[in-house]
Amino acid sequence: MNSSLGVERMSTNEVAEKLKASTVGIAGLGGLGSNVAMALARSGIGRLIIVDFDEVERSNLNRQAYEVEQVGQRKTEALMYNIEKANPDIDVTAVCQKLEPGMMHFPFEDVDIVVEALDSAETKAAFIEEILLKLPDKPVVAASGVAGIGKSENINIHTSGNLFLIEDKDAPSSDDGILLAPRVGLFAYWQANLVLQILTEGMDVY
Amino acid sequence: MSIKVNTNPIDWVEGESITQLLKRMNYTFPLVVVKIDGQVIPKAKYSETIVPDDSIIEVIHLISGG
Repeated sequence: MNSSLGVERMSTNEVAEKLKASTVGIAGLGGLGSNVAMALARSGIGRLIIVDFDEVERSNLNRQAYEVEQVGQRKTEALMYNIEKANPDIDVTAVCQKLEPGMMHFPFEDVDIVVEALDSAETKAAFIEEILLKLPDKPVVAASGVAGIGKSENINIHTSGNLFLIEDKDAPSSDDGILLAPRVGLFAYWQANLVLQILTEGMDVY
Repeated sequence: MSIKVNTNPIDWVEGESITQLLKRMNYTFPLVVVKIDGQVIPKAKYSETIVPDDSIIEVIHLISGG
Protein backbone atom coordinates (compact mmCIF):
# COMPACT_ATOMS: atom_id res chain seq x y z
CA MET A 1 0.00 0.00 0.00
CA ASN A 2 1.18 3.47 -0.80
CA SER A 3 -0.43 6.04 1.44
CA SER A 4 0.95 9.38 2.52
CA LEU A 5 -0.92 8.89 5.80
CA GLY A 6 1.13 5.82 6.58
CA VAL A 7 -1.90 3.87 7.66
CA GLU A 8 -4.64 2.71 5.36
CA ARG A 9 -8.14 2.73 6.71
CA MET A 10 -9.18 -0.89 6.55
CA SER A 11 -12.55 -1.88 5.25
CA THR A 12 -14.78 -4.07 7.40
CA ASN A 13 -14.03 -6.85 4.93
CA GLU A 14 -10.31 -6.65 5.48
CA VAL A 15 -10.77 -6.82 9.24
CA ALA A 16 -13.09 -9.80 8.85
CA GLU A 17 -10.51 -11.51 6.61
CA LYS A 18 -7.78 -10.87 9.16
CA LEU A 19 -9.85 -12.31 12.02
CA LYS A 20 -10.91 -15.29 9.92
CA ALA A 21 -7.24 -16.08 9.23
CA SER A 22 -6.38 -16.02 12.95
CA THR A 23 -6.10 -18.75 15.57
CA VAL A 24 -6.60 -18.12 19.29
CA GLY A 25 -5.88 -20.64 22.04
CA ILE A 26 -7.85 -20.51 25.29
CA ALA A 27 -6.59 -22.23 28.46
CA GLY A 28 -9.48 -22.84 30.86
CA LEU A 29 -13.16 -22.76 29.95
CA GLY A 30 -14.73 -21.33 33.10
CA GLY A 31 -16.17 -17.86 33.61
CA LEU A 32 -13.32 -16.25 31.70
CA GLY A 33 -12.58 -18.78 28.97
CA SER A 34 -16.13 -19.74 27.99
CA ASN A 35 -17.09 -16.08 27.61
CA VAL A 36 -13.89 -15.15 25.76
CA ALA A 37 -14.57 -18.04 23.36
CA MET A 38 -18.15 -16.97 22.70
CA ALA A 39 -17.13 -13.34 22.13
CA LEU A 40 -14.34 -14.35 19.73
CA ALA A 41 -16.62 -16.80 17.92
CA ARG A 42 -19.24 -14.09 17.39
CA SER A 43 -16.43 -11.80 16.17
CA GLY A 44 -15.51 -14.31 13.48
CA ILE A 45 -12.11 -15.59 14.65
CA GLY A 46 -11.24 -18.37 12.18
CA ARG A 47 -9.99 -21.00 14.59
CA LEU A 48 -10.27 -21.52 18.32
CA ILE A 49 -8.33 -24.08 20.33
CA ILE A 50 -10.21 -24.58 23.59
CA VAL A 51 -8.58 -26.46 26.48
CA ASP A 52 -10.11 -27.74 29.73
CA PHE A 53 -10.37 -31.10 31.53
CA ASP A 54 -13.45 -30.30 33.59
CA GLU A 55 -17.17 -30.94 33.36
CA VAL A 56 -19.98 -28.41 33.58
CA GLU A 57 -21.41 -28.12 37.09
CA ARG A 58 -24.62 -26.49 38.26
CA SER A 59 -22.58 -23.93 40.24
CA ASN A 60 -20.85 -22.79 37.03
CA LEU A 61 -24.04 -21.42 35.48
CA ASN A 62 -23.94 -18.13 37.42
CA ARG A 63 -21.14 -16.91 35.15
CA GLN A 64 -20.12 -19.45 32.52
CA ALA A 65 -21.48 -19.79 28.98
CA TYR A 66 -23.27 -23.11 29.51
CA GLU A 67 -26.87 -24.16 30.06
CA VAL A 68 -28.74 -26.31 32.57
CA GLU A 69 -29.03 -29.19 30.08
CA GLN A 70 -25.23 -29.24 29.75
CA VAL A 71 -24.50 -29.99 33.41
CA GLY A 72 -22.32 -33.13 33.53
CA GLN A 73 -20.98 -32.69 29.99
CA ARG A 74 -17.34 -32.01 29.30
CA LYS A 75 -16.80 -28.26 29.02
CA THR A 76 -14.91 -28.71 25.76
CA GLU A 77 -17.86 -30.52 24.15
CA ALA A 78 -20.53 -28.23 25.61
CA LEU A 79 -18.69 -25.10 24.51
CA MET A 80 -18.01 -26.47 21.05
CA TYR A 81 -21.77 -26.98 20.70
CA ASN A 82 -22.57 -23.47 21.96
CA ILE A 83 -20.01 -21.90 19.64
CA GLU A 84 -21.46 -23.83 16.70
CA LYS A 85 -24.91 -22.49 17.55
CA ALA A 86 -23.64 -18.89 17.73
CA ASN A 87 -21.41 -19.07 14.65
CA PRO A 88 -21.15 -22.27 12.59
CA ASP A 89 -18.22 -20.90 10.57
CA ILE A 90 -15.69 -21.22 13.39
CA ASP A 91 -13.19 -24.08 13.28
CA VAL A 92 -13.01 -25.35 16.88
CA THR A 93 -10.37 -27.73 18.20
CA ALA A 94 -11.30 -29.09 21.63
CA VAL A 95 -8.53 -30.39 23.86
CA CYS A 96 -9.94 -32.16 26.92
CA GLN A 97 -6.90 -32.45 29.14
CA LYS A 98 -5.37 -31.06 32.31
CA LEU A 99 -2.46 -28.70 31.70
CA GLU A 100 0.53 -30.35 33.36
CA PRO A 101 3.62 -28.29 34.22
CA GLY A 102 6.30 -28.69 31.56
CA MET A 103 3.69 -29.54 28.90
CA MET A 104 1.30 -26.62 29.33
CA HIS A 105 2.42 -24.98 26.10
CA PHE A 106 1.80 -28.01 23.85
CA PRO A 107 -1.74 -27.14 22.67
CA PHE A 108 -0.71 -23.55 21.91
CA GLU A 109 2.31 -23.95 19.66
CA ASP A 110 0.44 -22.92 16.50
CA VAL A 111 -1.83 -20.17 17.82
CA ASP A 112 -1.46 -16.43 17.20
CA ILE A 113 -2.48 -15.45 20.73
CA VAL A 114 -2.78 -17.38 24.01
CA VAL A 115 -5.60 -16.52 26.41
CA GLU A 116 -4.99 -17.44 30.06
CA ALA A 117 -8.41 -18.14 31.56
CA LEU A 118 -7.50 -20.50 34.39
CA ASP A 119 -8.87 -20.59 37.90
CA SER A 120 -6.29 -20.87 40.70
CA ALA A 121 -3.58 -18.24 41.10
CA GLU A 122 -0.93 -20.91 41.29
CA THR A 123 -1.95 -22.43 37.95
CA LYS A 124 -2.23 -18.97 36.39
CA ALA A 125 1.31 -18.08 37.48
CA ALA A 126 2.74 -21.42 36.33
CA PHE A 127 0.96 -21.20 32.96
CA ILE A 128 1.95 -17.60 32.22
CA GLU A 129 5.56 -18.33 33.20
CA GLU A 130 5.70 -21.41 30.99
CA ILE A 131 4.15 -19.77 27.92
CA LEU A 132 6.43 -16.69 28.20
CA LEU A 133 9.47 -18.99 28.48
CA LYS A 134 8.57 -21.70 25.96
CA LEU A 135 6.64 -19.64 23.39
CA PRO A 136 8.33 -16.25 23.79
CA ASP A 137 6.89 -14.79 20.59
CA LYS A 138 3.25 -15.35 21.52
CA PRO A 139 1.19 -12.59 23.09
CA VAL A 140 -0.44 -13.85 26.33
CA VAL A 141 -3.70 -12.21 27.42
CA ALA A 142 -4.35 -13.02 31.08
CA ALA A 143 -6.75 -12.00 33.86
CA SER A 144 -6.46 -11.70 37.64
CA GLY A 145 -8.76 -10.50 40.40
CA VAL A 146 -12.18 -11.29 38.94
CA ALA A 147 -14.04 -12.01 42.19
CA GLY A 148 -16.44 -9.56 43.75
CA ILE A 149 -19.27 -7.15 42.93
CA GLY A 150 -18.93 -3.61 41.61
CA LYS A 151 -15.59 -1.74 41.54
CA SER A 152 -15.46 -2.01 37.77
CA GLU A 153 -13.29 1.12 37.75
CA ASN A 154 -10.53 -0.78 39.59
CA ILE A 155 -9.96 -3.06 36.61
CA ASN A 156 -6.91 -2.11 34.62
CA ILE A 157 -4.42 -3.45 32.10
CA HIS A 158 -0.81 -4.15 32.95
CA THR A 159 1.50 -4.73 30.00
CA SER A 160 4.92 -6.34 30.36
CA GLY A 161 6.55 -7.37 27.11
CA ASN A 162 4.28 -9.97 25.53
CA LEU A 163 2.13 -10.31 28.63
CA PHE A 164 -1.12 -8.36 28.76
CA LEU A 165 -2.75 -8.76 32.18
CA ILE A 166 -6.25 -7.49 32.86
CA GLU A 167 -6.24 -7.10 36.63
CA ASP A 168 -7.71 -5.70 39.79
CA LYS A 169 -4.84 -5.79 42.25
CA ASP A 170 -7.10 -5.19 45.26
CA ALA A 171 -9.70 -7.84 44.47
CA PRO A 172 -10.21 -10.77 46.84
CA SER A 173 -9.23 -14.28 45.89
CA SER A 174 -12.16 -16.45 44.75
CA ASP A 175 -11.67 -18.32 48.04
CA ASP A 176 -12.86 -15.19 49.84
CA GLY A 177 -15.00 -13.42 47.25
CA ILE A 178 -18.04 -14.24 45.15
CA LEU A 179 -17.79 -15.03 41.43
CA LEU A 180 -20.66 -13.67 39.32
CA ALA A 181 -21.32 -13.13 35.63
CA PRO A 182 -21.06 -9.32 35.38
CA ARG A 183 -17.60 -8.79 36.88
CA VAL A 184 -16.08 -11.99 35.48
CA GLY A 185 -17.68 -11.01 32.17
CA LEU A 186 -16.01 -7.58 32.22
CA PHE A 187 -12.62 -9.27 32.45
CA ALA A 188 -13.51 -11.86 29.80
CA TYR A 189 -14.80 -9.27 27.35
CA TRP A 190 -11.78 -7.02 28.00
CA GLN A 191 -9.58 -10.04 27.22
CA ALA A 192 -11.51 -10.78 24.01
CA ASN A 193 -11.44 -7.12 22.99
CA LEU A 194 -7.69 -7.03 23.55
CA VAL A 195 -7.23 -10.16 21.44
CA LEU A 196 -9.00 -8.38 18.57
CA GLN A 197 -6.86 -5.29 19.14
CA ILE A 198 -3.61 -7.28 18.97
CA LEU A 199 -4.75 -9.19 15.88
CA THR A 200 -5.68 -6.00 14.02
CA GLU A 201 -2.62 -4.06 15.14
CA GLY A 202 -1.50 -1.65 12.45
CA MET A 203 -4.94 -1.66 10.86
CA ASP A 204 -6.78 1.61 11.26
CA VAL A 205 -9.88 0.30 12.96
CA TYR A 206 -11.76 1.81 15.86
CA MET B 1 23.33 0.35 45.34
CA SER B 2 19.63 -0.11 44.71
CA ILE B 3 17.18 -2.11 42.65
CA LYS B 4 13.65 -1.41 41.55
CA VAL B 5 10.82 -3.77 42.42
CA ASN B 6 7.61 -2.90 40.56
CA THR B 7 9.01 0.62 40.01
CA ASN B 8 9.75 1.17 43.75
CA PRO B 9 13.44 1.71 44.53
CA ILE B 10 14.70 -0.49 47.37
CA ASP B 11 18.13 -1.34 48.77
CA TRP B 12 20.21 -3.88 46.91
CA VAL B 13 21.46 -6.69 49.13
CA GLU B 14 24.62 -8.40 47.94
CA GLY B 15 24.13 -12.10 47.22
CA GLU B 16 20.35 -11.99 47.70
CA SER B 17 18.39 -14.62 45.77
CA ILE B 18 14.94 -14.14 44.29
CA THR B 19 13.49 -16.38 47.01
CA GLN B 20 15.03 -14.10 49.66
CA LEU B 21 13.90 -10.93 47.88
CA LEU B 22 10.31 -12.21 47.61
CA LYS B 23 10.40 -13.01 51.32
CA ARG B 24 11.74 -9.52 52.11
CA MET B 25 8.92 -8.01 50.01
CA ASN B 26 6.26 -10.30 51.58
CA TYR B 27 5.23 -11.80 48.23
CA THR B 28 3.63 -15.24 48.17
CA PHE B 29 6.00 -17.40 46.22
CA PRO B 30 3.83 -19.72 44.09
CA LEU B 31 1.43 -16.97 43.00
CA VAL B 32 3.83 -14.74 41.10
CA VAL B 33 5.69 -14.39 37.84
CA VAL B 34 9.11 -12.75 38.23
CA LYS B 35 11.09 -10.85 35.62
CA ILE B 36 14.61 -9.46 36.02
CA ASP B 37 15.41 -6.79 33.45
CA GLY B 38 12.61 -8.10 31.26
CA GLN B 39 13.71 -11.74 31.47
CA VAL B 40 11.27 -14.27 32.95
CA ILE B 41 12.89 -16.35 35.70
CA PRO B 42 11.52 -19.90 36.07
CA LYS B 43 10.33 -20.72 39.62
CA ALA B 44 12.76 -23.63 39.81
CA LYS B 45 15.61 -21.10 39.63
CA TYR B 46 14.40 -18.62 42.28
CA SER B 47 16.77 -19.85 44.99
CA GLU B 48 19.86 -19.99 42.79
CA THR B 49 19.27 -16.71 40.92
CA ILE B 50 21.09 -13.78 42.55
CA VAL B 51 19.56 -10.33 42.08
CA PRO B 52 22.13 -8.04 40.43
CA ASP B 53 22.68 -4.45 41.55
CA ASP B 54 20.80 -1.83 39.53
CA SER B 55 18.37 -4.42 38.18
CA ILE B 56 14.72 -3.82 37.47
CA ILE B 57 12.55 -6.52 39.01
CA GLU B 58 8.97 -7.10 38.10
CA VAL B 59 6.81 -9.24 40.36
CA ILE B 60 3.45 -9.99 38.77
CA HIS B 61 1.00 -11.24 41.38
CA LEU B 62 -1.91 -13.45 40.34
CA ILE B 63 -5.22 -13.71 42.22
CA SER B 64 -7.47 -16.79 42.05
CA GLY B 65 -10.77 -16.76 40.15
CA GLY B 66 -11.95 -17.53 36.66
